[in-house]
Amino acid sequence: MNTEVWSVLWLSLQVSGVAVLISSLIGIPVGVWIGLRKFKAKPFVVGVVQTGMALPPVVVGLLLYLLLSRSGPLGELGWLFSPPAMVMAQVALALPFVIGITMLAVTAVPAELQWQLCAIGASRLQAQWEVVREARAGILFAVATALGRSLSEVGAVWLVGGNIEGHTRVMTTAIVLETGKGNFSLALTLGGTLLLVALAINLVIVRYQGRVWP
Amino acid sequence: MSYESSYAIRDLRKVVSESFCLKVDALEVARGETLGIVGPTGAGKSTLLRLMSGLDPQFLGTIDALGQAVCGNVPIECLRRIATVPQRPMLLSNSVGYNVEYGLRVRGGGAAGGRTNAILNRLGLHWLARQNAHTLSGGQAQLTAIARALVCEPDVLLLDEPTAHLDPANVKLVEELIDEQKARTGMTIVWATHNLFQARRVASRMALLLDGELIEVDDCKTFFEGPADRRVTDFVEGRMVY
Repeated sequence: MNTEVWSVLWLSLQVSGVAVLISSLIGIPVGVWIGLRKFKAKPFVVGVVQTGMALPPVVVGLLLYLLLSRSGPLGELGWLFSPPAMVMAQVALALPFVIGITMLAVTAVPAELQWQLCAIGASRLQAQWEVVREARAGILFAVATALGRSLSEVGAVWLVGGNIEGHTRVMTTAIVLETGKGNFSLALTLGGTLLLVALAINLVIVRYQGRVWP
Repeated sequence: MSYESSYAIRDLRKVVSESFCLKVDALEVARGETLGIVGPTGAGKSTLLRLMSGLDPQFLGTIDALGQAVCGNVPIECLRRIATVPQRPMLLSNSVGYNVEYGLRVRGGGAAGGRTNAILNRLGLHWLARQNAHTLSGGQAQLTAIARALVCEPDVLLLDEPTAHLDPANVKLVEELIDEQKARTGMTIVWATHNLFQARRVASRMALLLDGELIEVDDCKTFFEGPADRRVTDFVEGRMVY
């Protein structure tokens, strides 16, 4: 592979890595909080989160485009057609998955466990921490899903990134471009590379998940 | 805080469902005694133990546990003097050793290796210490739950059918271990069981719960040989009580 492909791959990993990191830092605590709490509006909140999972990438891209365009409310940031805008788009798409799956993983831990831990001396906070630890395989799955969503995303990053060579071109937008130009072999090479990278990262995640399974 | 009784319960009412309400007009448990609570399935034994653990403040009436009124948030220092062995223990997906030491860790004392190992050895769990607790059989999980409560050396031990899934040899082992710890630490025990033979072996006083209602509390001899309430006689003699 030539240096151009490497730079495209490197930018893809940087953008998706930062997006997954931000999504996890926000989404895991929020998902844990929703999963552990009982409140009246919970069904509505869960519904909103699940709707977020169905967000069409091009719609997210369009909204961010309007927000970041020069006349938009965030236009002063000057982020349109730059990697930060692509990160924003990927966070918007990955965050509902991190929140939703984390919430589900925490909810799947029986409430009785928390009570039993308190019944041998754990404080509420200590017991809740153990509940989160019990849910860690599911939480890692949430991170893996966010990574998959980010790495494979094309519509939103194209709209807000612009697919500018050497600046905002990532693997997925490059694949679309090369396919359009009829360079199928290069497009396939890029696609295969993207898949291999995703596989390698997921194997690391699965390896860690494996440690928490009996 | 000084106190005479481990528990003083008055006019306790706990509505569990539309058709079930736990009613205990008066119950005292003296320090250092073993109170056996018997009754058929669904009589309210587990509900009563949960309330006695101090972790459920949703009830009417009063419960004083170790001189502390159970209402709202009971201080953690008080709760940590009580340990419960539940009927269906749930263990963390970590090693058996970690599970047994958990109560000590959360108290900030770290892992008291000596005490933990002694209990694991005594219960025949030492060879499973590094094994994931989720791979244990029902009986082994129950022994682990008993070990994790005993290792904390609580002032009050609440036992909810702790030997239900154990073979006779392990039942004997558990009874002996609890008896030894009681002799050493003077802990109070409330032991809920279906098994009248076991109740007779371990308890100094007995209580019968029927359909959510505390029928009678007496010393063992009176309870088994001359109870005041006819329903106790019927239950002890194995006749239909409903």
